[in-house]
Amino acid sequence: MASFSFSREGFSSVLEALGGRYALWGPKRLKGKGRFFGTDLVTCAPLESFDSLELGEKSSVSPKDIVFPPDETLFYFTGDRFSEPPLEDERETIVFLRPCDINGFRRLDAMFLENGGTADPYYRRRREKLHFFMIECRESFENCFCVSMGSNVTDNYAAAFRFGEDSVEAEVKDPKFTEFFAPGNPSSFAPEFVKENMKRVTVPAVEEMPPELFVSPLWDEYDSRCIACGRCNTSCVTCTCFSSLDLFYSDSRSCGERRRVWDGCHLDGFTDMAGGHSFRKKKGERMRFKTFHKIYDFRKRFGYDMCVGCGRCDDVCPEYISFSECINRVSEALKGGEAQ
Amino acid sequence: MKENPYRPFPAKITSLTPETDLEFTLTVEAAAEMTPGQFFQVSLPKIGEAPLSISAFGPDWIQFTVRAVGRLTNSLQDLRKGENLFIRGPYGVGFPLNVLQDSNLVIVAGGSGTAPVRPLIRKALDGDLPLRSLRVIAGFKNRESILFSGEVEEWRKRGDVLVTIDKPQEGWDGPVGLVTEHIRKLALPDPRDVQFVVVGPPVMMKFAAAEVRLLGVPEENIWVSFERLMSCGLGKCGHCKIDSAYICLDGPVLNFTKASRLID
Repeated sequence: MASFSFSREGFSSVLEALGGRYALWGPKRLKGKGRFFGTDLVTCAPLESFDSLELGEKSSVSPKDIVFPPDETLFYFTGDRFSEPPLEDERETIVFLRPCDINGFRRLDAMFLENGGTADPYYRRRREKLHFFMIECRESFENCFCVSMGSNVTDNYAAAFRFGEDSVEAEVKDPKFTEFFAPGNPSSFAPEFVKENMKRVTVPAVEEMPPELFVSPLWDEYDSRCIACGRCNTSCVTCTCFSSLDLFYSDSRSCGERRRVWDGCHLDGFTDMAGGHSFRKKKGERMRFKTFHKIYDFRKRFGYDMCVGCGRCDDVCPEYISFSECINRVSEALKGGEAQ
Repeated sequence: MKENPYRPFPAKITSLTPETDLEFTLTVEAAAEMTPGQFFQVSLPKIGEAPLSISAFGPDWIQFTVRAVGRLTNSLQDLRKGENLFIRGPYGVGFPLNVLQDSNLVIVAGGSGTAPVRPLIRKALDGDLPLRSLRVIAGFKNRESILFSGEVEEWRKRGDVLVTIDKPQEGWDGPVGLVTEHIRKLALPDPRDVQFVVVGPPVMMKFAAAEVRLLGVPEENIWVSFERLMSCGLGKCGHCKIDSAYICLDGPVLNFTKASRLID
């Protein structure tokens, strides 16, 4: 492990050199691509240079699509023959992430590589190529509650950075990257982590959720407020659900694809079975299902909570539903024995 | 990719037998180790993939009994002998043969729930699963919806098998009434010494299991099988999760002590 200090120009050159060998990804501002007219979208995207790295705003889209694209072809069909698509980019990839998202990747790994004892090969071939470059996060953004979730801290990174106004400090842990940083001045930099968020949540510390909480009136409010748009699912770094979808090409019915596409527990049709039966028709039931997964039942299976407290679900909800508030309501209901 | 668990293998169709107006049984050539109650992900390229339980199997063949009610199952109807079905599996946990062996076993099946228990009944009647006693209660909506009717006649000759239809119907002189009514009439000398397998639509399983409990049968002696939408069968897609359980991994066959506490 070694630390280095750079001028912004100096770091720019380092990134340029890295870009010659690696694909570079990180938070980036896409002008005019926001939800409303004249607004920007901050999302994880390929970086052309240091200047395109957006550091002043939280991305509203999680970085999970690097390893789990919203729409991914599993097979191409030609008659009865199956073929798997090659990767779009065979290069190893450096991705700039904040600690909450690095912790989010641990949850993605749990689902795609560990759950059920089978590793998902489509996820694995993308994941193996990733190197985490951590963006130090000393101050909280709006809606963040990573400290309460314990995901404000991580040591799972190849290198960590403090981006100052005139300088860039770097701590390089993975020796394969040291040569790129050698032009910098030696420094004693070690990253710090945010210690307090404005939002705080109390995660219910129960091993078994009482059955009353599943049918509690606290969920009723969400029946009318939630519109099942699924933005909380798509923005979440730890939501991994997908559906498989077969299609054939309109000009050649013997050829087609099997794809997997993002799905989410808030969306209509998520539990529909052939013949018409479905589960969790009410939006409140879906909110309960998601909430318990993120802060209760995932923990029963893996030993830690799924939610990392990035707060993106609160950032993007068009109905101003606050997930952090919901977690606190569950805890209150448990404490009071009254689910209100 | 060297190993791709999503890649199905072709299985040649050797027969397609109609069971009812809506249901039919496909037999395919395939050799795999499996347990009654397990399922396969069955697909037709360019149409879709769905989980289907095994309705019978031998050393080199598997049967799936299908109700044509969806995109995939409607297309399966049009297949012909000699064409390929694409399958991967078997997946999930089947019936606990080690627990059921040498027990007094009662199997209660409702409608299409007869398909997943059929390999279990066959195993028992063929002597592959030694039991102290076997009773089967199979309930169907009406005469026309009785599955495996020819085979069920055979079962009745060989064992204590009761086939009931929901309401009286012209031309039917057999038992009438929901399975729950017939469970109620069971005379069990020692309810603690009986194992129950209950498989059918969710509402049927709920009320049938409640009826079984009223007989004094302990929860841990009841086994049910859940049906859920699935896109992977591998514990990844999330569709079949209930609480911390994945039906594709921890089920579809579940002990009632667990199943009764799973809230969708």
